Amino acid sequence: MTALLERLGRIFIRFSEQTGLWFRMLWRTMVWGIKSPYEVREWSRQMVRVGVDSIPVVFLTTMFTGMVLALQTYTGFQRVHAENFVGSVVALAMLRELSPVLVGLMVTGRVGSSMAAEIGTMRVTEQLDALKALATDPVHYLFVPRVIAGILMLPFLVILGDALGIYGGYLVSVKLLGANPLVYEQNTFSFLHLNDLWSGLIKSAVFGLILTLTGCVRGYYTTGGAEGVGKATTNAVVSASLIILLSDFFLTKVLF
Amino acid sequence: MSEPKISLQHVYKSFNGKEVLRDLSIDISPGESLVIVGGSGTGKSVTLKHIIGLLQPDRGHVVVDNTDLCCMHAVELNAFRRRFGMAFQEGALFDSMSVFENIAFPLRRHTKMSEDEIRQRVEECLEDVHLHGVEKRRPSELSGGMRRRVGFARAISLKPEILLFDEPTTGLDPVISDVVADLIVEMDEKLNTTTVTITHDMKVAFKIADRVAMLYRGEIIEEGTPEEFQRSENSIVQQFIEGRAQGPLTEE
Ligand SMILES: Nc1ncnc2c1ncn2[C@@H]1O[C@H](COP(=O)(O)OP(=O)(O)OP(=O)(O)O)[C@@H](O)[C@H]1O
Ligand SMILES: [Mg+2]
Repeated sequence: MTALLERLGRIFIRFSEQTGLWFRMLWRTMVWGIKSPYEVREWSRQMVRVGVDSIPVVFLTTMFTGMVLALQTYTGFQRVHAENFVGSVVALAMLRELSPVLVGLMVTGRVGSSMAAEIGTMRVTEQLDALKALATDPVHYLFVPRVIAGILMLPFLVILGDALGIYGGYLVSVKLLGANPLVYEQNTFSFLHLNDLWSGLIKSAVFGLILTLTGCVRGYYTTGGAEGVGKATTNAVVSASLIILLSDFFLTKVLF
Repeated sequence: MSEPKISLQHVYKSFNGKEVLRDLSIDISPGESLVIVGGSGTGKSVTLKHIIGLLQPDRGHVVVDNTDLCCMHAVELNAFRRRFGMAFQEGALFDSMSVFENIAFPLRRHTKMSEDEIRQRVEECLEDVHLHGVEKRRPSELSGGMRRRVGFARAISLKPEILLFDEPTTGLDPVISDVVADLIVEMDEKLNTTTVTITHDMKVAFKIADRVAMLYRGEIIEEGTPEEFQRSENSIVQQFIEGRAQGPLTEE
C-alpha cells in the first residue's frame, strides 16, 4: 500500500516537474522570441518543414475522415429521416473538432518527433554546447523558429483540412449515396457560423505551439546517447499528443 | 602581478555523486597560454566547460574579466560568451550545415560583415588549418582530423579574446599538429589572446605553453613554465611526461 502511494507520489512529482519545465521553456521562448537577430532564413525553413511538407499527410487524413464521417452519419441519420443534414454535421465536425485535432496529431507524429530527434542528437553530440559557446542561445536559435512555424502553419493546414474534409463528405454523399448536390451544398454552409471556423483555427495555433515546443523541450533534455534520442522522440510524441487532447477539451469549453 | 583574465576559485563539481573536480583553483593572466595536461577522464574537458559557463560549479567561483559567471543571467552570459572561442574535443560541428556555413555562422550572427568579407574570412581560417576545397562538404563527409580542424577554424573566426581548445591536435598527423601548434603560438603573439589548451601531446604542450598545469584527480598537482614542469620532482608528472606504463599514475 505504501509502495503504491510512494509510486503515485513519485509520478505526481515527476508530472509537476515536467509541467513546470514546460512552462519555463515557454517563457524563455517568448523572451528570446522578441530579440534580434531574427534568423529569417531559419524561420522560413521551419515553416516549409511544418507547413508545406505536411500537406500530403493532411490531405489524406482529412479527406478520408470527411468521407467516412459522411458515410457514418448517413447510416445513422437515415434511421430518423434526417439525411439532409449530413452535410451540416460533416462541416461542423470538421471545422470545430476533427480537422484541428487530426492535423495536430498527424503533425505531432511527423514534425514534433523529428524536432525532438534533431535537437536530441545535437545535445548528445555537443552541438548545443557549441551553439552556446558561439554566443547563441539554443532557445533563441532553435526553439523560436520552430515554435513560430508551428503557431503560424497549423491554422493554414487546418483550413486546408476543413476544405478537404467537407469536399470528401460531399463526394461520398453525392456520388456514392445519391444526395442532391444543391441541397447538400446548401445544408453544408447554411448552419455554419464564422465562430466555428475561428475556434478551430485558434485551437490549431495552440496545438502548433504545443507540438513544436514539446518536441524541442524533449530534445533539449535528452541524456544518454542514441538510446536517449530514441526515448526523447517517443516521449515527445506521446506527451504532445496527450497535451493536445487534454487542452482540446478545455479550449472547446472556453471557445464553445 | 596583473589582474587574472580567468580565475577558477575552489571549484567543486560532481556528476551523480561522482566527484570530478575537487577544490580546483588556477589563475590565468591576460595574454597567457596555459596548457592543461592530465590522464583520460580526470576532468579536463569539464574544467574547460566551466570557464565558458557551459557547466556551473557546485561550489566555488569562475571569474572571467572580474565577472563571476555564476551570478549572470542567461541573456548576459550569452552575450558574454562572445569573448570566447572554443574548439570541442569531438569537433561539435553543426551537421545540418556545410563546412562553410559552420565557420560563417558566428560571423553572420555577431558581425555586420558583407557576404564577400565573410567568404574571405572563412577562406583565411581554412587556409590557417591547411584545409582546401572542403567548403561545400558536410561534416559527416570529413575525417575525424578534418572535423577537428574545422572546429578549430570556427573557434578562431571571430578572433576572440579567449580561446579554449580541447585536444586540438589529437588525431592529426605530426605535421598538421605542428601547424596547429604554430597557429596557436601565432594567435597568442599577434592578437595577445588568452589561451587554454588541453592536450596529451607533450611536444605540442611545450611548444605553445607559457605555463603547463597537470590535473590529477580533480586538482592541479603541478604547474609552472615548461622548463619547470619538465624538471618537476613529482613522480606522477614525470611518469606522465615520459609516458611510462609503470609508476604512481597507474598504481591504485
Ligand atoms: N555531463 C556529464 N555527466 C556525467 N558525467 C560526466 C559528464 N561530463 C563528464 N563527466 C564525467 O567526468 C569525468 C571527467 O570527464 P572529462 O570529459 O572532463 O575527462 P577528460 O579529462 O576530458 O578526459 P579525456 O582526456 O578522455 O577527454 C569523467 O569521468 C566523466 O564520466
Ligand atoms: Mg576531454
